[in-house]
Amino acid sequence: MRRATRPPPGLLLAAAAAAVLVLLPLAQTVFQAVQVDLADAEDLLWRPLVGQLLVNTLGLVLATTLVSAVLGTACAWLVERTRLPGRRAWAVLAAVPLAIPPFITSYAWVSLSADLQDFAGALLVVTSAYYPLVYLPVAAALRGMDPALEETGRSLGLGPCGCFLRIVLPQLRPALLGGMLLVALNVLVEFGAFTLLRFRTFTTELYAEYRIGFDGPGAALLAVVLLALCLTFLALEHMVRGHARYARIGRGTRRRATPLALGRARLPVLTGFAALVVATLGVPLGMILYWLTQHGEAAVSPASVSAENLFDATLASVWLGLAGAAVTVALALPLGFLVARHEGRLIAVLERTAYLAQGVPGIVVALALISLTIGTPLYQSAALLVGAYAILFLPLALVSVRAALAQAQPVLEDVGRSLGLGWAAVAWRVLLPLAGPGLGAAAALVFVSVVTELTVTLLLAPIGTQTLATQVWSDTSTLAFASAAPYAALMAGLSLVSTWLLARRFGASGLFTG
Amino acid sequence: MLTNQYRRLAMLGCLLLGAAAGRANAETLTLYSAQHEQMVNSLTEAFTKQTGIKVRVHTGEAPEIANQIAKEGNASPADVYFTENSPELTLLDKKGLLAKVTPATLAQVPAKYSAADGGWVGVLAREDVLAFNPGMVKESQLPASLLDLAGPDWKGRVAIAPSDADFLPLVNAVAVLKGKPAALAWLKGLRENAQIFDDDEGVVAAVDRGSVAVGVINSYYWARLRTEEGPAKLHSQIHHFANADVGGLINVSGAAVLKSSQRQAAAQRFVAFLVSKPVQDALGKGNVDFEYPLAAGVAPNPLLKPFDQLQPPALSMQDLGDDQDAARLLRQAGLI
Repeated sequence: MRRATRPPPGLLLAAAAAAVLVLLPLAQTVFQAVQVDLADAEDLLWRPLVGQLLVNTLGLVLATTLVSAVLGTACAWLVERTRLPGRRAWAVLAAVPLAIPPFITSYAWVSLSADLQDFAGALLVVTSAYYPLVYLPVAAALRGMDPALEETGRSLGLGPCGCFLRIVLPQLRPALLGGMLLVALNVLVEFGAFTLLRFRTFTTELYAEYRIGFDGPGAALLAVVLLALCLTFLALEHMVRGHARYARIGRGTRRRATPLALGRARLPVLTGFAALVVATLGVPLGMILYWLTQHGEAAVSPASVSAENLFDATLASVWLGLAGAAVTVALALPLGFLVARHEGRLIAVLERTAYLAQGVPGIVVALALISLTIGTPLYQSAALLVGAYAILFLPLALVSVRAALAQAQPVLEDVGRSLGLGWAAVAWRVLLPLAGPGLGAAAALVFVSVVTELTVTLLLAPIGTQTLATQVWSDTSTLAFASAAPYAALMAGLSLVSTWLLARRFGASGLFTG
Repeated sequence: MLTNQYRRLAMLGCLLLGAAAGRANAETLTLYSAQHEQMVNSLTEAFTKQTGIKVRVHTGEAPEIANQIAKEGNASPADVYFTENSPELTLLDKKGLLAKVTPATLAQVPAKYSAADGGWVGVLAREDVLAFNPGMVKESQLPASLLDLAGPDWKGRVAIAPSDADFLPLVNAVAVLKGKPAALAWLKGLRENAQIFDDDEGVVAAVDRGSVAVGVINSYYWARLRTEEGPAKLHSQIHHFANADVGGLINVSGAAVLKSSQRQAAAQRFVAFLVSKPVQDALGKGNVDFEYPLAAGVAPNPLLKPFDQLQPPALSMQDLGDDQDAARLLRQAGLI
């Protein structure tokens, strides 16, 4: 229940702090870019490289989004609307790739064949990593759709194809478009996977400029171009999602549509599913297992494998994951509470601002934070790294926090207050038990994201801190595949197990589509 | 009960404080390193064993770290900078950020491989070479000069890693020897011809598996690949540019003490350790690093061509400059 009463100023202030934190790296990047004088800016923006990067980046975004749309929708329709043998298993297997970080998928494919280091390879890797972003919402939409419409269509003489195109697809549009835009956004900000694939995009080029000591005007302008692209896609996604909410009102009866017999298509469909699982899960996990059995020469292994190194890296990853989860959820709480309980223009603005973080690439956040903190005690500190995680994953936490708080009935708080409890006691004894599981889910989601995060960790990790992600990075970037394998296995394991626990508790589709 | 608990807490607190104080007392050096992690890790472990001084390492690409130190200025946490190529050190020396290396340390290495003003000392050297795949190009067809690779014959057949720190000194060298316009024309030719990689590891691997005929690398990376794959599985060889061609440039990997360091004595000790005879001997003998130890009378790894048989171009460390021009040229040519 939302109220029009005035929110407590303390809460507003805390929520505003979260929004300011998100705006900080954005403002710093734009500030650096506008300092470049006009003639220089023109030279820097019109150089051939920028054109090539635009072609590379947008070409790949377009191709990945389209292939993911077709693949994700086909999988979802087959799982939800046909008598596919083993459909419950396929339903899970089609979602799992999302729990494997794309740079691990990339490592697996590149170590299998270095000939994949081109457009086709990049398309293969990012599609297999991100198509579940289409599959999950489309499958959820198919489940939630009133089958009566389809049945009416069939009874009026439409074939299965006609029925899909004229009745199902139009209803899927919000879910499908939303998923596609998420894929596009993820491809735009992806860094690790492309570096290993040697595919040049804005993110890899920003890193190259940083490596060469050129994080000045040129890098700032590249960052602004990338930022503009991301924010455009984010705005589109927002518009589509707004419509989706209306489309889902009134679901009709909640029953499964009568599944279609596959008939002669059964074998090809099953083969297709098997091939998909081999490509998206078999190859990444299989290659890690293969490299685990190989010996890495000391000469070529920047991060050598020893029980001590593995333990230290795991500990650092887990510790940063826990700290990141705690800080991010704490940051999301005041804003989530305001959005769930109060209305107002200011609150809407703060919420939108927080969601902007979805469109800010990790590399832009990291570079901005470095130039903001250099010369201060925050520089190279664990606190800064955790702060960067909080900025990046605030939207993720906010979705779950807001939902959890919205489900807790405000009337129960009122009862607590009327029985003489102070607000702190109400929060502790009433709100927390009610919203606790949802907050836990938010924390767990952030934890998984931090453990599998590469870009920001790489640039901001304090001196001497190596995480699983940075160890995989040092080894794979010098092609020491065997030495990278134990770190990659631990990271993939942590991510898969946490995601599995979460999905068991909260349901897979609810997890990823928010 | 309660008082007992408090007493225990207080004791725990004292213990923690004591531990923290003890940690602060044990001296810890901060090393910014652009050298290969596997080698640096073994060096810092040996140094700690020998002296009791701990070393924490921050690793990155050479120009990135130089830029970082320049920005950090006097507040830099770094005590020592150990890097792959000389231009980064020259840059920091010019900015007045380096303390003088002690004369005894400088004396370990021939003077021409260190800074003339004693701002940094040369530790190891690497030779630029052309890796080639004999299945794709005959040795007799290989170019006499690095500059030939920009010609139309080599379209699509050459690999480079322009954003690797090892490529910048080559660009510097071409610019110094042939002039900036010629260097720019050469880079534009390469942009037409070359497959672009992130680093030398990628270049040599691509040549070895037959994705590209030749690649510009340091000999280090070929020796490293040979060690990894074993000589039987190796499909590539290296070609040494002769007659003082610019392609045969020698890169010097050096170390310096930061002027801003609060631990000057320990930092100097670490730099002296790097050029000490036992360490240089171990580097030459071991199978982890494939660079030429610069200390007098130390033999390099046998996989490398003997140092006195190399025919590098006549360029001093000062001539090689500080990478700023090179980076500008790379950008003008559209390579970065």
